[in-house]
Amino acid sequence: MSRRTSPVIPGFGLTLGYTLVYLSLLVLIPLGAMFVHAAQLTWEQFWTIISSPRVLAALKLSFGTAFLAAVINGVIGTLLAWVLVRYTFPGRKIIEAMIDLPFALPTAVAGIALTALYAPNGLIGQFATSLGFKIAYTPLGITLALTFVTLPFVVRTIQPVLADIPREVEEAAACLGAKPLQVARHVLLPALLPAWLTGFALAFARGVGEYGSVIFIAGNMPMKTEILPLLIMVQLDQYNYAGATAIGVLMLVVSFILLLLINLLQRHISHS
Amino acid sequence: MTLRRFALATLASTLIAGPVAAQTLLNVSYDPTRELYSEFNAAFNKHWQAQGNEAVTIQQSHGGSGKQARAVIDGLRADVVTLALAGDIDELYKLGKLIPQNWQERLPDASTPYTSTIVFLVRKGNPKGIKDWDDLVKPGVAVITPNPKTSGGARWNLLAAWAFAQQKYGSEAQAKEFVGKLYKNVPVLDTGARGSSITFVNNGIGDVLLAWENEAFLALKEEGGDNFEIVAPSLSILAEPPVSVVDANVDRKGTRKVAEAYLNYLYSDEGQRLAAKHFYRPRNQEIAKDFSEQFSDLKLVTIDGDFGGWKTAQPKFFDDGGIFDQIYQVQ
Repeated sequence: MSRRTSPVIPGFGLTLGYTLVYLSLLVLIPLGAMFVHAAQLTWEQFWTIISSPRVLAALKLSFGTAFLAAVINGVIGTLLAWVLVRYTFPGRKIIEAMIDLPFALPTAVAGIALTALYAPNGLIGQFATSLGFKIAYTPLGITLALTFVTLPFVVRTIQPVLADIPREVEEAAACLGAKPLQVARHVLLPALLPAWLTGFALAFARGVGEYGSVIFIAGNMPMKTEILPLLIMVQLDQYNYAGATAIGVLMLVVSFILLLLINLLQRHISHS
Repeated sequence: MTLRRFALATLASTLIAGPVAAQTLLNVSYDPTRELYSEFNAAFNKHWQAQGNEAVTIQQSHGGSGKQARAVIDGLRADVVTLALAGDIDELYKLGKLIPQNWQERLPDASTPYTSTIVFLVRKGNPKGIKDWDDLVKPGVAVITPNPKTSGGARWNLLAAWAFAQQKYGSEAQAKEFVGKLYKNVPVLDTGARGSSITFVNNGIGDVLLAWENEAFLALKEEGGDNFEIVAPSLSILAEPPVSVVDANVDRKGTRKVAEAYLNYLYSDEGQRLAAKHFYRPRNQEIAKDFSEQFSDLKLVTIDGDFGGWKTAQPKFFDDGGIFDQIYQVQ
């Protein structure tokens, strides 16, 4: 970056200073306070809390269901974005608006509505019951709630990128003899992958921390359907602030490592 | 300079505005008292003005008992707290030093102007024939109760079941086994009493809901009594939701007099009648008699008499590694 171009917003010092203050007030100081709180514990106490079977079970559940929900949205979200960008049909604008609804709806409302629908004797849940399985009050129900809440991420990150790829590029590839799958593999995928990974990472990160919508559908059975954010609430309800922050720190560190890995992967892809 | 001027201006404005401005009172309470306090606040205001005082603006805040206590500890300027259990108010002393240690001795009946108990709400006609606690551990009976780790009300539920088992079977080991069996029959552990009500009433899950008596009556009143009925077990626990003035806050705001009058009025005939009207059991036995049809006569154990108070019960049953956690430990 040796080439100097005159920036749109003047004053590097001012803007960087503003950015730092802003980030400190909103992100760094609150998160730092959490680490300070957790630091009241000795390593041994910290380790006992985060290595207890219940916390580990919840860790697996929270990250597992969030990952699964992100994967589902990765596939279905790409499909949705494709349909919305490449086709015009009556009602497209309405569907377009519906995609953002999960963001606008209070998560607790979403949770209660999904539970009512997918409970063993709910409108949809009864079919599952007659097929011999349960949706609400199982990890499946948690995944469902997370899929709902994180739906917009992949769609909204892929949509503009997809819209920027002119149809002519695909047609040109086809003229040069590429089969449809080859077009998808060699033309579309490389262009879409960075945006897809961003959407995936956002959906995943949001799912890990989600509380409101999950808490109603999870059933909250210890060792089975207890999510990590609930264990934090449990610690708080025992007025154990340090214990709550210990689990918070655990979540933060695991999330940070995973997001960092996704970022590295993204860089690797866009450079190759 | 400016700081001093600001300080002077503030001082002046409090001196001038202080006695004139209407006082406001913030009552931080738990979930099911909403209806009770909105009626009680109006009644108190009338009484307070009749004694020649300025009208007072009373605000109420409701939520899970533990959450509300934490909000006050973290700086919510509550003048009075009216919470689900003494353990939560104790934390105001322990963590926040907002009230003296002996707060519970300041008002009659251990600062608990009204009580409640734990009863069963079952589906109309009681299809599973649930009459008492030992019907809850039978196979095939689904029991709905919130998680005692996150719900104050659910702690009373577990203790009531424990008291029953201990009286019936004698030993603590058997009581533990009984409570373990009961929780094996719980398909969903919601985080609060409201969540459990939704699961049982709206989503149709479970055969019996363990509920505060006042909540059960409220649910019955709201839906008209077509789908549910209340079953009173042979023995239950006296649920005591206490009240306290938050000393640090009333002294800072200068509202001690009105805050104390407010809580005292809960013990007046009118306060007691209002409590009974909203399905809380009044302490005043004369008034309780007038409502005897509403409240079934059952044997009640108490937290202080039978469990050594919350200071003993909380760590033994509900803290990390306590009896509730042991129920769910992997074998």
